[in-house]
Amino acid sequence: MSRPASSLFNAALVGPALLAALRKLDPRVMIRNPVMFVVEVVALLTTILFLRDLATGAPGLFFSGQIILWLWFTLLFANVAEALAEGRGKAQADSLRRARTETMAKRLTGSGRDYETVPGTLLTVGDVVLVEAGDLIPSDGEVIAGVASVNEAAITGESAPVIRESGGDRSAVTGGTQVLSDEIRVRITSAAGSTFVDRMIALVEGAARQKTPNEIALNILLAGLTIVFVFAVASIPSFARYAGGAIPLVVLVALFVTLIPTTIGALLSAIGIAGMDRLVRFNVLAMSGRAVEAAGDVDTLLLDKTGTITLGNRQATAFRPVRGVTEQDLADAAQLASLADETPEGRSIVVLAKDKYGLRARDMAGLNATFVPFTAQSRMSGVDLDGSHIRKGAVDAVIASVSGQPMASRGSSAALAYHPAAESETVGEIRSIAEEIAKAGGTPLAVARDGRLLGVVCLKDIVKGGIRERFAELRRMGIRTVMITGDNPMTAAAIAAEAGVDDFLAQATPEDKLALIRREQAEGKLVAMCGDGTNDAPALAQADVGVAMNTGTVAAREAGNMVDLDSDPTKLIEIVGIGKQLLMTRGALTTFSIANDVAKYFAIIPAMFLGLYPQLQALNVMGLASPQSAILSAIIFNALVIVALIPLALRGVSYRAVGAAALLRRNLLIYGLGGILVPFLGIKAIDLAVTALHLA
Amino acid sequence: MTLNGWIQIALFCAVVLALVKPLGGYMTRVFSGDRTILSPVLGPVERGLYRAAGIDARHEQSWLGYGLAMLGFHALGFLILYAILRLQDWLPLNPAGQAAVAPDLAFNTAASFVTNTNWQNYGGESTLSYLAQMLGLTHQNFLSAATGIALALALIRGFSRASARTVGSFWVDLTRCTLYVLLPLCIVYTLFLVAQGVPQTLGPYVDATTLEGARQTIAVGPVASQVAIKMLGTNGGGFFNANAAHPFENPTALSNFVQIVSIFALGAALTNVFGRMVGDERQGWAILAAMGILFLAGVAVTYGSEAAGSPVLNGFGLAGGNLEGKEVRFGIVASALFAVVTTAASCGAVNAMHDSFTALGGLIPMINMQLGEIIVGGVGAGLYGMLVFVIVAIFVAGLMVGRTPEYLGKKIEAREVKMAMLAILCLPLMMLGFTALATILAAGLAGPANAGPHGFSEILYAFTSAAANNGSAFGGLSGNTLFYNTTLAFGMLVGRFFVIIPALAIAGSLAAKRTVPASAGTLPTHGGLFVGMLVGVILIVGGLTFFPALALGPVVEHLAGAAGQTFATGG
Repeated sequence: MSRPASSLFNAALVGPALLAALRKLDPRVMIRNPVMFVVEVVALLTTILFLRDLATGAPGLFFSGQIILWLWFTLLFANVAEALAEGRGKAQADSLRRARTETMAKRLTGSGRDYETVPGTLLTVGDVVLVEAGDLIPSDGEVIAGVASVNEAAITGESAPVIRESGGDRSAVTGGTQVLSDEIRVRITSAAGSTFVDRMIALVEGAARQKTPNEIALNILLAGLTIVFVFAVASIPSFARYAGGAIPLVVLVALFVTLIPTTIGALLSAIGIAGMDRLVRFNVLAMSGRAVEAAGDVDTLLLDKTGTITLGNRQATAFRPVRGVTEQDLADAAQLASLADETPEGRSIVVLAKDKYGLRARDMAGLNATFVPFTAQSRMSGVDLDGSHIRKGAVDAVIASVSGQPMASRGSSAALAYHPAAESETVGEIRSIAEEIAKAGGTPLAVARDGRLLGVVCLKDIVKGGIRERFAELRRMGIRTVMITGDNPMTAAAIAAEAGVDDFLAQATPEDKLALIRREQAEGKLVAMCGDGTNDAPALAQADVGVAMNTGTVAAREAGNMVDLDSDPTKLIEIVGIGKQLLMTRGALTTFSIANDVAKYFAIIPAMFLGLYPQLQALNVMGLASPQSAILSAIIFNALVIVALIPLALRGVSYRAVGAAALLRRNLLIYGLGGILVPFLGIKAIDLAVTALHLA
Repeated sequence: MTLNGWIQIALFCAVVLALVKPLGGYMTRVFSGDRTILSPVLGPVERGLYRAAGIDARHEQSWLGYGLAMLGFHALGFLILYAILRLQDWLPLNPAGQAAVAPDLAFNTAASFVTNTNWQNYGGESTLSYLAQMLGLTHQNFLSAATGIALALALIRGFSRASARTVGSFWVDLTRCTLYVLLPLCIVYTLFLVAQGVPQTLGPYVDATTLEGARQTIAVGPVASQVAIKMLGTNGGGFFNANAAHPFENPTALSNFVQIVSIFALGAALTNVFGRMVGDERQGWAILAAMGILFLAGVAVTYGSEAAGSPVLNGFGLAGGNLEGKEVRFGIVASALFAVVTTAASCGAVNAMHDSFTALGGLIPMINMQLGEIIVGGVGAGLYGMLVFVIVAIFVAGLMVGRTPEYLGKKIEAREVKMAMLAILCLPLMMLGFTALATILAAGLAGPANAGPHGFSEILYAFTSAAANNGSAFGGLSGNTLFYNTTLAFGMLVGRFFVIIPALAIAGSLAAKRTVPASAGTLPTHGGLFVGMLVGVILIVGGLTFFPALALGPVVEHLAGAAGQTFATGG
């Protein structure tokens, strides 16, 4: 499930955003954003000079007044962008805050059931509390005794209850969630104010937002460009004096503000906040913006086979009879043997028989059949009906049973090898079919009826539909996928080939995982993985992007740098996409912002110097009406383009999983070339409007 | 423009391109410390030099050590050159009896040659002794060129190494570059020039009696040896005041062609060294392609404008190209090509007077330098300047593929961006800042010979040339004054070292990084797309800064000229 995306400009958000935008004009806040801070400084300066001129009654006040007004609009629009992005997070934070309402905790005082009631905020780490059906869990903790169903809707938005129990990989509970049934004892792991929900609130509100490494680098670039344009503009007065004239300060300020990268400067923090917000709406919490960026850079994805690549259980996919037996007969026998078999494998045989041969499930009682359950000893199951015995099971076990050999041990294939005489032609055939299936990554299940081998049922891990395409997509994006599985290498290889992953780690232990991550990182790659168990914690911590499942243990959650509230390991792929989208949006708007300068120069330079050298009218390629309208149009465009790009900044540029070369070509065309052309059109259009309205 | 002209330009490009691979291959061997064809002869010399200087050739330096070694070496070189200039009347090899150079001019000249600028506020034949020319200037011509190449190598190693703490040894790079690359090439080159008629003598100036019976002193000297390195090392400081326009520096069409080629030869080949050392020659070709696009665009404008001639004169019915200030033995195309090449690279030698070019013809040399001389550029300096722009371009546009920008497997992060911006910032600061100063101070306004926009261009050109370490001049400016000597020297020093030090810091931080293997998600940096992106960023980030200044100089001059208007001298 994903949280509903609040529409971009809904009234409930815009109102507070406007207010917040005004508050953000405080220089102490603005200084976090160097480009906009510079704009504020020059806006203040020109405003003071304007007021002085107003008092003395200097000419041209209408024009400079408008320029100054638009300078302040530029600032406000930048703040509105940021406030809007934050506002969307605030709405989510408010709903989370409701989950954090003051709870009373039953702190256990001894080993028995004696407890004292204390406010949740007074709990300290290490306290053990009793939580009974209907109680809210007072703070984050780990279940140390008991099992309970818990409603975690407050944090996940998912109303179906989840099971929390001690000992296993589902022992973590979150403060503010509610126990629906049974009771558990919880050892508190975080004190009030630093719980999961607290952190979530801080994250979605942007309060805990720190600039990410990439954002810092981009800010340096933008500050550098700003300084370059300080040089370009500050040298103009003396050049003008040489040419025998002077340029009004307000015109210089207009040129300066339009040249410095205000577009990206205004939208930069909104882009970052919106990126985090997209993850949150996707029910993934990133503990830092750094993690989101790292997600975009991931080179290797470690994916657990079960649940991510394959459906949970193995299923029957084919009936392979020996010679002289029809598929129909084999299916019939296999179905009968599985009717009472409630394991997923057994049920899948019944389903396959029905789908493939139209064999309807029959009623066991009507057939007068007795179910022979699976035992570790026999390693077979089946039915006895009307004197007929049908068995299905491990290939060697079934062979042993039909050749009348006693089962020597679990390693009975070795025992059989001592009796080559027992190897009839049929047995040989069964063996070769079984081997073929195993090589293809399946599990063979032999079927025998009344001492006669009929054939083999092929059970297979079912690779999720569409996953192959997803991996192909990832490959095009340059991301290598590695499947992690406990299967033996042969089976793993077959599934890996079928799913289209690039590599696999078979019979994987947590240590193997950790070693694999270290190996990849030593090659300079960034690794993402997801995990839930305590034994995943080291690997989660080592990975550059570690997504912990919300159902997992406290250790896993602490180790990862993201938490998936839905506990869906497939999401790793989307997380990578969101990370990439964040970086792309930044790059696209930076490119657009810088490319805009070409048109702005052509608008302002001829206008500015026309008094000195009328010949420069030739540079007025847009045919703007007058010097004043040209300058005014450029500064208006510069302010309005921020507003026009807010939706893009919040939504992110559209992202397709194609190679870097194709992405670059497309984005360079749209944001590079577009960035050069759009302002020519925009400034011209605004100039027409400005002239029509007699503003200049 | 004529077909013949374009054939000459095409021939020039073909010869430069043909030299890229062989020179690149040879230099790669030299700088990797491998054996070369010259090792049997020069190996013992090299080892002897290390022994004499007490240098362990295997000891490498961190970027900081490398930078400090370079700075210390240059400080010493600066002092020695300054001393020679000040004391030349006391020193031998002064047959013309030149007096000591004035303090401000000596300061300017020392800064000029140490920084590979070779801005000349003096006339060589009327100011300097043979000793000052040979021991002072030629020696710095070699070392400043070798330093440029050494620094480019340090930066290349930043890209090619992974998790390393060192970027090479400045002493070894400097020695090997001089010994294996510059000296052998210059010896052959000098002999060629002598064969073409360039003098090489320690004898005194020659007195001749002209047809009218007047006595004329003809300056000669050890010219060929200095011309060879001034071209090959993109120094540009002429033996004579008229530089490569002087018949004794550049006597024939052939010597002219070879001289233009030699300006670009090492700089272009270094892109190949870069490609080879980072393990993918295509990367070097991509860089060269970006340079080539900017170069050809410049050639087209300057050649086109010079061939079209002065609009004002055309208005009087005097059709034809602009030959003012050009040598007839070279003609329009060879002069235009020379002007673009010498400013694209940081050579600064001239075979025609840029001051007399048409407004647009003179605009291109200025833009070439304002971009930071990255179009092939000064030996080494062009490559590291270009790589700084690559870092900015990669960072701006590279984000658009959805990854932290990386180049050749190195992630470009805050530190690299910071250093790249520092390197880029210092050029407009020096060029625009000092021009702004000179255009309002009386001392500055005394310089230009012309009024109006052209006078402005003369000032702008001077500071542009100095900060970019080019050294060519828009002739009209009288630069040998206290104001210009000191400000230009300051511009040269900042333009050199405030680019070098950030570039070295980038080298150090890149070398320390791990190398990320390339994948389909990595921005490809060897294709046309990257080249186009790089050119775009260079023009917008590097070029637009100068738009206002250029609009008030050459652009307005051109537009006024097209309208038949001129600006009276006297302001």
